[in-house]
Amino acid sequence: MQRLTMEIAPRASAHAMRCFSCALVVLLLAHHGSAQNTPLISGGGAFFTSTNGGNTNYYPITEPVLAAPLGQHILVESRAALIETFSPMGGSRPGYNHSHFIGETYLQSDFLVSPRLTIVAGHYLIPFDTYNERLSPPWIGNFQDGPLISPLGLLQGGSGLGGMLRGNAFASNKYSIGYAYFYSTRRNADQFAAHRGTGGRASLYLPGQGLELGLSYDRLLQGTHENFYGGYGWWTPPDTGLRVRSEFARGHHAQGGWLEVDYRLKAFGGYESAIGRIEPLFRMQQTFRRDTIVSDGLPLVNTQRADFGIDYHLPHSIRILSSYARQFSSAGNRNIWETGIAYRFLFPVWKGNEP
Amino acid sequence: MTSRYFLAGGLALCLVSALGLVAQKGSTPPIKPAANGAIRKQPRSEGERVFQQNCWRCHTAPEGFPSRISGTIVRHMRVRASLSQHDEQVLLKFLNP
Repeated sequence: MQRLTMEIAPRASAHAMRCFSCALVVLLLAHHGSAQNTPLISGGGAFFTSTNGGNTNYYPITEPVLAAPLGQHILVESRAALIETFSPMGGSRPGYNHSHFIGETYLQSDFLVSPRLTIVAGHYLIPFDTYNERLSPPWIGNFQDGPLISPLGLLQGGSGLGGMLRGNAFASNKYSIGYAYFYSTRRNADQFAAHRGTGGRASLYLPGQGLELGLSYDRLLQGTHENFYGGYGWWTPPDTGLRVRSEFARGHHAQGGWLEVDYRLKAFGGYESAIGRIEPLFRMQQTFRRDTIVSDGLPLVNTQRADFGIDYHLPHSIRILSSYARQFSSAGNRNIWETGIAYRFLFPVWKGNEP
Repeated sequence: MTSRYFLAGGLALCLVSALGLVAQKGSTPPIKPAANGAIRKQPRSEGERVFQQNCWRCHTAPEGFPSRISGTIVRHMRVRASLSQHDEQVLLKFLNP
């Protein structure tokens, strides 16, 4: 299972928790602003299972998010991941191995400089294509695992350390143009690890049609300098329950793409009906290796994969996920069965007066 | 064998797309982000339109939350979804009717 979080050695876990606690204390100091700006804790908890080649792994996951406004123009936000993994011992031995990861995913400050510009400083998600920033949280993604190409363009970690300029260059009722530009410095420590690199993303969104098109580019500026190119297209026609999303990415050693379609069966009694809570899913993926140098996390050989799934949206922000995938490659075809349940939480950090 | 699977996938893709287009004239989803969590079925406002066009593209609406965190949510989404200032304002108004 691919999770785009920084892995921390167990001996560093205590340090990670201390950093996270310090961030929490800082956020708790955000007592300023209007009554609508109370800091919040959000995120999700999930229990996933994945059966691949006859071996079943279990993944309890918790990913909390903190967000705290400071004054009228600053937002401090952070996300972390706590993942336990239970995997079979292998061979003829009974029982399961157990390991855990505690990872800080991002910790950033957002300065709302003007209506069209936000300056982001800290440890942030790399804005390459859409999956890393928008779909990677377990309470959002339709499938429990990310696309095969998701490591491309993420500078070998998914997070950058430094600054980013982003915002909406132009917006009207008919279209808007978004942008993001970042520069990341190098840091090899366990905490806030990042690679030196730079890049950005530009997008055009037509809200009336629900169509968004975007291009991404970034360049790794340490070790062997490599360029990554990406493009994506989303089509979410208004008031339909249909979402079509796709991405393409090309790296120095491999390239590929995916296309995902999901449809919430709202036509049968609305979103809240028993049938309207069902969401069939389909995703096609392909990866192509351009050379035999493997440094990007993609499969070692050309791979095709088709994912079929059904999600069921229970009340109280609980979602059941299930999917079957058939993966084809010269290394061998295989079936991947995945099931899980995810819960999304959202509440204020402290009790305050309603505005 | 591979092409057969992908042909089946393509057909499924077309079927799902057709279903979505057929349902395009259906009702809008009920949104209940207000403080009391009640389902509101009021006429479509600009704020609801902004919510549909931006938030729902990635995720479903959380099932109710206190209005005292609505400003924090909107500010977070302004950064994450590159909302314009106008969209931010009407969305905040929509979450605090």
